[in-house]
Amino acid sequence: MPCKPLEILVGLFVSLCIAALFFLALQVSNYSDLQDNGSYTVNAHFENVGGLKSKALVSMAGVPIGRVTEISFDSDNYDALVKIRIDARYNNLPSDTSASILTSGLLGDKYIGLTPGGLDEFLQEGDNIELTQSALVLERLISQFLFNSADDDK
Amino acid sequence: MNFFQSIGHSSLKFLAKLGRSSLFFSAILTGFGYTLSRPGLLIKQLYNIGVLTFWLIAISGLFVGMVLGLQGVYTLSTFGAESSLGIMVAASLVRELGPVVSALLFAGRAGSALTAEIGLMKATEQLSAMEMMAIDPLKYIIAPRFFAGFISLPLLAALFSAIGILGGYLAGVELLNVDSGSYWSQMQGAIDFHDDIINGVIKSIIFAWLVSWIALFEGYDAVPTASGISRATTRTVVTSAFAILLFDFLLTALMFGAS
Repeated sequence: MPCKPLEILVGLFVSLCIAALFFLALQVSNYSDLQDNGSYTVNAHFENVGGLKSKALVSMAGVPIGRVTEISFDSDNYDALVKIRIDARYNNLPSDTSASILTSGLLGDKYIGLTPGGLDEFLQEGDNIELTQSALVLERLISQFLFNSADDDK
Repeated sequence: MNFFQSIGHSSLKFLAKLGRSSLFFSAILTGFGYTLSRPGLLIKQLYNIGVLTFWLIAISGLFVGMVLGLQGVYTLSTFGAESSLGIMVAASLVRELGPVVSALLFAGRAGSALTAEIGLMKATEQLSAMEMMAIDPLKYIIAPRFFAGFISLPLLAALFSAIGILGGYLAGVELLNVDSGSYWSQMQGAIDFHDDIINGVIKSIIFAWLVSWIALFEGYDAVPTASGISRATTRTVVTSAFAILLFDFLLTALMFGAS
């Protein structure tokens, strides 16, 4: 049966539009790194998360290896509990890895930078990162600087 | 006394119209199986409604994206943040402009045509003639058009966003020398598949339902005269635009308001 040109045009239209949808999913959004090829979650307590948001990047040596999944207030310790999901490919991080909240660029987004420790044990699902460094709060930094310079004057 | 009487009259008229349109919609839904069993009807309407709107959507998307690119560079360069251009273009297109502008264009191009077509069929008593031959015009005429519109608009909105993002790339990166790598990488970092793209698609599905429903109902409910059809066509465009923008506000508040 010969194909009607009308049907071919409609087929072309639908396939073009679906291609556009795929373009949006794969090229525009973070869908491609959402694919779960396994991951594990670790917790970290921070004194102050200062503007860190969930879905922020977690990187080691500048390479993204995971994302922040949840930030909540821990009312037992009065600090912030941050859940970090790390890609299962990187399952050999030392258990004394330390985490600090950093800023990309001067006004950029906050992210978590991990620095490897030296132990032979590895971080497991549900472990705590013990060594953490809070976000730099600009006001605190300035007041510290002012106090120091006042001390120097004496 | 006449003033109050007219208020009551027009609100009763409005309620009656709402009721009629709801009954009309449920009648369309019963035609779903009929449309599926006759794909030829659906394909013909997909051509009339979707394919013929293709170029309008593609070209408007390109220019909207290019304007966003130019204006974005102009504004962002005052903070030295041109590298965030990709986020700005993609977020505004995927979340808002893609669904809304393509729905408005769709109402103007396809919605008005649907109303005029159905209205003229009613005026020339083609619909009554079908009923005489025991063919339900709601199933044979209205339902395929409704589902064709319902399928077409979300696809067209995705196309609009995709072409708009390429247009933003053209204006920002090719014309104004924003870095190409940061355009794409910042965009991919900031645009979330579920929060942004899926929500945009949900929006356009709801707009597709609104526009197709309004256009077909206005045609079906038109006063079967020349001036009645012209008024119905105008009402389609006006009511659709109003409904799209109202629902856009509600959906945006629901989807993005909490974050």
